Amino acid sequence: MTQSGYASERETTEGRVFTVTGGDWDTVTGSVDPLSNEKIVVNMGPQHPSTHGVLRLVLELEGETVTDVRPVVGYLHTGIEKNLEYRNWTQGTTFVTRADYLAPLFNEAGYCLAVEKLLGITDQITERANTIRVLFMELNRISSHLVWLATTGMELGAISMMLYGFREREYILDIFEETSGLRMNHAYFRPGGVAQDIPESAIKKIRDFLVYLPKKLKEYEAMLSGQVIWQERTQGVAVLDVTGCLAMGVTGPVLRASGLAWDLRKTMPYCGYENYEFDVPTATTADVWGRYQVRLAEIRESLKIVEQALDRLRPGPIFIADKKIAWPAQLAVGLDGMGNSLEHVAKIMGQSMESLIHHFKLVTEGFRVPPGQVYVAIEHPRGELGVHAVSDGGTHPYRVHMRDPSFVNLQAIPAMAEGALLADVIAGGASLDPVMGGCDR
Amino acid sequence: MTVEPSSPDGANLGAPAQTPASPQKGMFGITGTGDVSGFGGLVRHRPESVGSPKPYGGYFDEVTDALEEAYPGFADAIEKVVVDRDELTLHIKAERIAEVAQIMRDDEALRFELCSSVSGVDYLNSDSRRLHVTYHLTSMTYRRRVRLEVAIPAGGSVPSVTSAYPTADWQERETYDMFGVIFTGHPNLTRVLMPDDWEGYPQRKDYPLGGVPVEYKGAEIPPPDQRRVYQ
Repeated sequence: MTQSGYASERETTEGRVFTVTGGDWDTVTGSVDPLSNEKIVVNMGPQHPSTHGVLRLVLELEGETVTDVRPVVGYLHTGIEKNLEYRNWTQGTTFVTRADYLAPLFNEAGYCLAVEKLLGITDQITERANTIRVLFMELNRISSHLVWLATTGMELGAISMMLYGFREREYILDIFEETSGLRMNHAYFRPGGVAQDIPESAIKKIRDFLVYLPKKLKEYEAMLSGQVIWQERTQGVAVLDVTGCLAMGVTGPVLRASGLAWDLRKTMPYCGYENYEFDVPTATTADVWGRYQVRLAEIRESLKIVEQALDRLRPGPIFIADKKIAWPAQLAVGLDGMGNSLEHVAKIMGQSMESLIHHFKLVTEGFRVPPGQVYVAIEHPRGELGVHAVSDGGTHPYRVHMRDPSFVNLQAIPAMAEGALLADVIAGGASLDPVMGGCDR
Repeated sequence: MTVEPSSPDGANLGAPAQTPASPQKGMFGITGTGDVSGFGGLVRHRPESVGSPKPYGGYFDEVTDALEEAYPGFADAIEKVVVDRDELTLHIKAERIAEVAQIMRDDEALRFELCSSVSGVDYLNSDSRRLHVTYHLTSMTYRRRVRLEVAIPAGGSVPSVTSAYPTADWQERETYDMFGVIFTGHPNLTRVLMPDDWEGYPQRKDYPLGGVPVEYKGAEIPPPDQRRVYQ
């Protein structure tokens, strides 16, 4: 019997026979010097079910203890900011909405508020448009937090939570679809207002949802909070205090879970948030458990805001009155999504030459934005979403930068995970709720 | 046959009032197509950014006064103060940005605890210092925001503010990645969004968007940066 390659072999009359056996672990481990080779470098991701998207973590391990973490991002970079510079200001919403795909309406809101500030028309946005924006942003916050609950549940072993979380989110996506024609990537908020009024059927769905979700939420909380595994995996894990959060630029639920009640809806209100009654939930544990509690409480606060917004919804225009900015077409949801309504097409093609010219100029050329730069920040489900928009006076954005909370928050993973166990990297990373579409843009 | 549009009367490129130099010519973003409409000869100048006179209004006076008091090099480091659209911008000499950031964070009367955002803007053809880096600082104590802005030539460098604001780490890396701004003193200045071996700086204005023509219902649509568009 001779040894060749990986298996022993024997020449027989029938030919060569290989004997393949399992590895001999004693010889494998014996040949490794336990002192000099204690460190293992593990490459987690970019394709890994518990890294929350295409995030790659290069981990250095000593046993099961993490000594070094290096997050690597950029796998989902799509050049949204660059692309915006080649489209007109209104088309911009269709691009930014694709950045953080779990919170599309926030991207649109941040972008639209920035364009409106550049135009100097923030005060002219109609009451109804602002109320619809608040209503939809809060529904979107709920859906985003539900996905957080779902994915974090899955990553920590509570698989049923994933199914429930995605199921309830679907309810909200139905409402969005009813209104904007699309489940995601709506391009529903436009500079100057919203693309389309809410149909009665969607309002009814929202009312039903306000009754439906609190009951379900109670069930999910009962299912997770009392569970020993859930407690052990989250309590005292991935601690980041207020100093650490501010140094790393971490905002949103993570900052609030460490005790600082910083919520831009309260501290620097926009879209009329100062007129709504809601609390800013905080926790003091600064761990994954605290972040979980804060997000659950935020869903409940958002439900309160949604209810108030529905009550405040008065009939009125949904777009700015200025005809030089307002989209000329009346939009309607057709079989293939949203488009110009048939009445509008009939009018511009058959009755009014002036309307046709006006439509043509605004749609092909777009409006001009006076030169200058603004920075607008809104409270995104994951923290501060900042939009830095620069205009050179043309019909296209000169430069738009999105300060996405996922990108900034991800820097905190090493601070939270180094020195902890490998399993806690998953819990800590999940508790930041990174969405790579937003991070890489 | 392609005809280069000649400069129409009145479009005197060298006129002294027209600073910074013209960034855009023509109306449709393309040249040399034999455009006889005359619009191809239009020259549009980017308006000059001018400093605002005191008082600035709101909290802006308090912020600038507090910085002047706390920072001895104020007169030398601050090039210009601009108040526009209810936002305060301090234009700062690039080599002083790290010192200013440190004082903005630490001084009792300023307390800008959070560096919200760092990003770049490429003002191509404006002047020799075409690359701008903007820092958006937030004071949670006073609920204020301020923008710091520095300008450098292509290939120039800016001191990193990571010692004052560790959160600027990845954001400076992104600015380096996209604009080629070198941040001296940065702990690990590598590309963050683009692949490590990428050549060029994609967000610069002279970097093409790229793309391929697509066919739609029988017609060929050129890539976005070659389409005929209004500017």
